[in-house]
Parts: sequence; structure tokens; C-alpha cells
Amino acid sequence: MLKINDLHVHYGGIHALNGITLEVPENKIVTLIGANGAGKSSTLKSIMGLAKTSHGTIQFNGEEITGKPTTHMVSQGLILVPEGRRIFSNLTVEENLFLGSYLRKDKAEINKDLNWVYELFPRLKERLWQMAGTLSGGEQQMLAVGRALMSKPKLLMMDEPSLGLAPLIVKDIFNIIKEIHRKGMTILLIEQNAKAALEAADYGYVLETGIITLEGPGKELLVNDQVQRAYLGDHK
Amino acid sequence: MSLQTFLQHLVNGISLGSLYALLAIGYTMVYGILRLINFAHGDIFMLATYIAFYSVTTFLLPWWAAFLIAIILTALLGIILERAAYRPLRSSPRISIMISAIGASFLIENLAIVIFGGRPKAFPIAPIFSKILVVGDVSISIVTVIIPIVTAIALFILNYIVNKTKTGMAMRAVSKDYDAAKLMGININYIISFTFGAGSALAAIGGILWGLKYPQLIPLMGIMPGLKCFIAAVIGGIGNIKGAVLGGFILGLGEIAIVASSPALSGYRDAFAFVLLIVILLFKPTGLMGKNSAEKV
Repeated sequence: MLKINDLHVHYGGIHALNGITLEVPENKIVTLIGANGAGKSSTLKSIMGLAKTSHGTIQFNGEEITGKPTTHMVSQGLILVPEGRRIFSNLTVEENLFLGSYLRKDKAEINKDLNWVYELFPRLKERLWQMAGTLSGGEQQMLAVGRALMSKPKLLMMDEPSLGLAPLIVKDIFNIIKEIHRKGMTILLIEQNAKAALEAADYGYVLETGIITLEGPGKELLVNDQVQRAYLGDHK
Repeated sequence: MSLQTFLQHLVNGISLGSLYALLAIGYTMVYGILRLINFAHGDIFMLATYIAFYSVTTFLLPWWAAFLIAIILTALLGIILERAAYRPLRSSPRISIMISAIGASFLIENLAIVIFGGRPKAFPIAPIFSKILVVGDVSISIVTVIIPIVTAIALFILNYIVNKTKTGMAMRAVSKDYDAAKLMGININYIISFTFGAGSALAAIGGILWGLKYPQLIPLMGIMPGLKCFIAAVIGGIGNIKGAVLGGFILGLGEIAIVASSPALSGYRDAFAFVLLIVILLFKPTGLMGKNSAEKV
């Protein structure tokens, strides 16, 4: 579904991505793990057209999308839940959700998706009229995911959805991710919480300072020595 | 002061406050989205009065058509201003875009002197606007009554657009977070153009009403009202539309109050705005309705 080939990204003088190649097949959860500053967010930003790609190609459903404006990516169903949630704190919860469906015209379908989001996150339904900025961190993450679902994603990308949340909420979030996936959603998940991410994922990539150093099915990476040492803490 | 004169002054104050409010909103809307003080806003206001003037005198249009054309053309000019002077600098340091705003202001003023001539022109006033209304002992010109009514209608429409429509929702989203707004599929350029168009249309309405009340046009007529309305926006809390309206009314009513209290003080009416600004900034640096927000980088 998504194919990235030899992607390079520069920020000023920094070479953030040094030629990464990865693929997200349909109906799978793929995860990209790595330490802070490895280039995980840069990857997502360049897919969305928020960061300039200096070299390489990004293909989505066979279409070359490298260098297209972000609006185009969104209209094609390429949706990102950004790092740090980035909800609109000055808008109500309901308005945030409506903005998710900004480009959509299919009213009946929008209402169906809205009900689905309420089903997934009953807490949001109780707080529709509240300003989004008054929600707790976990609720804000739920809103960010709900807002993304309102965009009718074909590929849902999540950047550190568990960042800064209490362990109990993290568990909730991962359950939601699995639940969304069961409905047939393709997901590209970026996480520092490598254990939870690899457990949920069908396939994983390990990113280190702008290059992919390891890849394989999630279950295999979980027991891989190198991954265990670097990201899971060696308990042997 | 008799009740009669008090009412007279009150009506005048409300009317002036309405004009300030119309102009102040343009400053606050642009600031809310671009974090930019659009110094050319007062000149946009001046252009609207000249467009209305030429539509009536040269093109012999009826007043309502002239006003409509002035509002539409001014909105377009606001959009062109943003495209030409601000958009190319959007990712530059904020100081560059501010200097560009000051440059645009000077350019428009001086172009206006060249094109329109420096000699004052008399704004053509249709007979229906020159009637005098007598209510009890108070006699007021009809324009003084029309101004607040038109302002109220314009504010109602703006409020509806900002709070109830999709575009308005997108405007508020863009003012919070560019990148997150892009991730919703919002076209930032369109929203910014729309904001400039709406702000300039309000300035045009203000300019036309201003012309009806103070019917003398000169190319530099936008400077003082522009400056004062910028102050009104800051007093109300820049970035906040309701604050801009409040600031506009405080300024208008305050100015009239000074003139009314003593004719000897009337020379200081312009100073009032600046003194008030200093006082407000001393005690409430974010303005009356402004929120303390971290600088967006």
C-alpha cells in the first residue's frame, strides 16, 4: 500500500534520514521503532509532505506522492496522528472531530464514522461541548485518534501515541489500535515503547540515526538479541 | 450637562466606537492567523472610501452599487496585498514580514497621493444619508444611527462565519496550529486569503461609513484611524475578535467623553488612545480579553 524507496531528508545541515526503504502492506500493522532523534517523526512528516524530501520516492497505492501538498495526502486517505496529539485546544471536542472530516462530502458516511468514534471512545461523547484543551492527556490522545478516524484513513499513521501517558492509558490506547486494525485498517505505528509496538505489529523496522538497521516480523524482532539489548532492556 | 446633550454624545460615541470596531477586527483577525500586524490595514480602509468615491462621481453608479463594489474590490485588494507582500515572506523571520507591512503601507499611501491627488475630496452623500432625525429634544444625523446598525449586522455575519461554518472552524484551527491544520486537509493559503478578504471587507464597510460621517477624503486619512484601531485591538487583547469590538467601543466612547467633558480638551482626543494603551499595557499586558499564550515559533 505504502512504498518508500531510498528516502533522504535534510533539515538545514542535518541529514535526518539517510536513505530508508520500507513497505506497509494492506491490512497490516507495521511499526517503526528507534530511539529519540533516529528519524522516526521525520519519516512520517516527509510522507505527509510536511518535511521536504531531498531524495527518494514515496508511493501510495501505486501513485507517486513525493512532493505533493499535504492536502493531497489527506484526500488520498493518508492520515497522521501527530506526535504530541496536536489537538485544537481552542475548539470543542466536537469541532475537532468535524475538522477530521474537513475534506469529506459524504454526510451519511461521516455520521457513521462519528458514531464509530463515539463507540470506541465513549469518554469523548460525554465531553463533546468541552474545549479540547481541558481534556486530560489520555483523552486528548483519544481525540487525536478519533479526529484521524473521521478523515476516513486508508493508512493510519501514528506518531508516539503512548508518549507521556500513564501505563493504564497506554494499554487502552494499544487495545484501541488493535480494535481499529481488526476493522481492516492498515496502520503504520511509530513508538518508543518498543515492546508494546512489536507485540501489536505484524512487521517491524528498527531505525537508527537515519538508517534502517533491522527488520522482520514483530514476533521475531521481540526475541532478537540486538533489539532486546537496545530497546527492551536485557533481562536474561 | 443636560440629559439631552448626554444622549447626543452617547449616540456619537457609539457610532464612532462602531467604526473603530469594524477596523480593529481586521487587525485582530490577521494577527490571530499570521501573528502579523498588518500596518497597511488603515490604507486598505482609505482605498475603500476612494473606490466608493470614484464609483459614484466618475462612474455615476447609484450609492448602493458603489458601496457594494467598494466592499468587493477592497476585499480583493486585501487578498492581493497578502499575496504580494506577506506570502513570499511567510517562512522568513517575523521582523521581515513586519517591515514588509510597513513598506506596503507607505507604498499604498504614496501611490494614492500620485493617483488620487493630495487635495481633499468631498465624499458624495446621497440625500437619504443627510437627513436629520429628531427624537424628543435630541437631533441626530441619520448616519449616526445607521453606523451602529450596519456594524451590528456585519458583526453578526462575521460571528456566524467564524463560529458556525466549516471555513470559520478551519480559521480557528489554523490560528492554533498550522501543521495540525494541514493534517486535516485544510488549505492554509485559502484560509489566510479568506481572512484577509473578510478583514478588508469589514474595513471597507468601516471606510464607507466613515466617509458618510466625515466626508473629507485624503490619501493619508487611513493612518490615524488605522493606528487607533490597532490600539483598540491591542486593548481588547489582540487575536480576539470580541476583544477588538470591545476595544473599539472603549476608544470611541472615551474619545467622545473627552471632547464632551471640556471643549478645551478636544485637541487631546487623539492622545487619549495612546494614553489608554499605555495604561492598559501596564496593568494587563495581554489586553482586556487576551489570553496569555506562549510565543509560537
